[in-house]
Amino acid sequence: MSALLSLRSVSVNFGRGEKALRVVDGVSFDIDVGGTLGLVGESGSGKSVTSLAVLRLIPERLGWSTRGRIEFEGQNLLDLPADKMPEIRGRDIAMIFQEPMSSLNPVMTIGSQISEALFLHGWPNRAKRHARVVEMLRLVGIPDPEGRLGAYPHQFSGGMRQRVMIAMALACSPKLLIADEATTALDVTIQAQVLELMKKIRSDTGTAILMISHDLGVIADICDRVVVMYSGRVVEVADIRSLLQRPAHPYTRGLLESVPRKGQERERLYQVPGSVPMAGSVRQGCPFRARCSVAVDKCAVKMPPMFRFAEDQRAACWVSAEQSNAPVIEDLK
Amino acid sequence: MIRYLLIRLLDAVPTVLLVLTLVFIAMRILPGDPAISALGDMATAEQLQVFRDKMGLNDPLWQQYFSFLGKMLTLDFGKSLMNGREVVDLIAFNLPYTIELTLAAVFMGIFVGVPFGVWAATNPNRTPDAAMRGFSLIGYAVPDFYLGALLLITFSLNLGWFPINGGGEGLIDRLYHVFLPALTLAFIKAAFLGRLTRTALLEVLGKDYVRTARAKGAREPRVVYRHGLRNALLPITTGLGLSTLAALSGSVAVEMVFNRPGIGKLLISAIAERDYAVIQAGVTVFAMFVVAINLLMDLVYVLVDPRIRVK
Repeated sequence: MSALLSLRSVSVNFGRGEKALRVVDGVSFDIDVGGTLGLVGESGSGKSVTSLAVLRLIPERLGWSTRGRIEFEGQNLLDLPADKMPEIRGRDIAMIFQEPMSSLNPVMTIGSQISEALFLHGWPNRAKRHARVVEMLRLVGIPDPEGRLGAYPHQFSGGMRQRVMIAMALACSPKLLIADEATTALDVTIQAQVLELMKKIRSDTGTAILMISHDLGVIADICDRVVVMYSGRVVEVADIRSLLQRPAHPYTRGLLESVPRKGQERERLYQVPGSVPMAGSVRQGCPFRARCSVAVDKCAVKMPPMFRFAEDQRAACWVSAEQSNAPVIEDLK
Repeated sequence: MIRYLLIRLLDAVPTVLLVLTLVFIAMRILPGDPAISALGDMATAEQLQVFRDKMGLNDPLWQQYFSFLGKMLTLDFGKSLMNGREVVDLIAFNLPYTIELTLAAVFMGIFVGVPFGVWAATNPNRTPDAAMRGFSLIGYAVPDFYLGALLLITFSLNLGWFPINGGGEGLIDRLYHVFLPALTLAFIKAAFLGRLTRTALLEVLGKDYVRTARAKGAREPRVVYRHGLRNALLPITTGLGLSTLAALSGSVAVEMVFNRPGIGKLLISAIAERDYAVIQAGVTVFAMFVVAINLLMDLVYVLVDPRIRVK
């Protein structure tokens, strides 16, 4: 299967020169046509910045810069002139954000906000737009779509707003949907409904999904493959089964340990000791070594490259690689 | 929505009463005796007594208060103590000039200030932003009477492009006459609105829904105007109300400098001559203006913010 989106050595810097902070460092992964990829990591691991970089929504004016290659259908988005990006945003790649409460324009009706997405991508006919908006609202399960078109965001609950966001994102039938913590701000039952909706959409429309979450449970529910990020770097990429059954990176193991399980008797949940170093602050060695229970001397000296652990599993850890005799992957540049 | 407007309207009632009460008290504690200032130093004690009886100045205070309220609310402002003309007529003659000055200043201020603010906000920490900062600093710092005099000397006296005084006759001539005075007030207003627009828009442009707009493929002008400015209108409306009030008080000085008719000028000359009836009426009209502008702003809020409409 060919990759719909492929990132190669993508780095995002904040600031310039010596003092530049490398918030995302050498991230590489692929999403297949119609595939679902999860991007997991703690807060500050660079997940959101990576996804914003794909749409080139990183505020370059404030001193951010993106390097590497972000290929969408073979076209490097970073090479495109800035005024071509609006054609891709919303039409080919759509995005849903974390905050359903603040991500909709408070002074526009939800109908006109969804309609605007269509208007921007070649739907000049008002009546057709109207029909499509109603269709989308119905698809995401908003009751009485006709009657709700003229309502404002503040008249909806958080879950309903997130549905509106999804309807807006899917209105132009994008090839890729980026969902940045799309269910995080919702309570558990609503979260489950929205996840069901996303699964339905994936199977109905064949839209590829890049699901960003700090919640492995959510990722496991919806994704075929997972990318684990830590401190701006990819530490493990694997299909969801391998990741859950034999995580290769100690950080991934820590994440899995800290997921609460049914029938498990425990005083406290496991937590990875320490906290995430600020992205870009570790300039030598493995950024996880300070919190790692298996770290050896080598980890402090040299950043581990990606090792191949299985057909569809790679991770960046010296110790795990030595234990399972995994070869270094060279061709990811 | 109609309920909201009704509530706003009812809210204005105590304000009006309070304002009238303050005017009443202020008139009583002003130094000077209205009878003496009307009849002159040479009046006999008897004449003064007759005058006070006639004007109701000898009645108990509460009686004076209610008769004052009644008269103000029925627009019965009495006669000018100086020239015996009906104060209502004086107000009716002068009011349109003040309204036209204020309106002209508001429009000029908006048309310069808001685009300038947008320009600054879309280029933060660059030349347009610095220009905005300089402009608003000058606008805040320069007093209106000084700026007015400066413009008058430059464009009317030296260059002769504009009339030196008066209010003009007929639409075109009046617009011609109002230009410089309005420019004086608009300069300050534009500085204020520009700064406000910059701040408000800059904040809005950092909001999540602006990122959403970009993510769905909106281009910058659309992002800035349709999503950004449309939301920034809420604080700008508040600022507009405040600065309209400021323009109203500024009109007093500007009318003096440009020697054009208006409530401000009427009021100043009435104060100089201790013409109580006119002062009282002038202050009341100004106060009503303020109340009316506040009401108008509440109306604009409803148009600008759907969240108010529904509540």
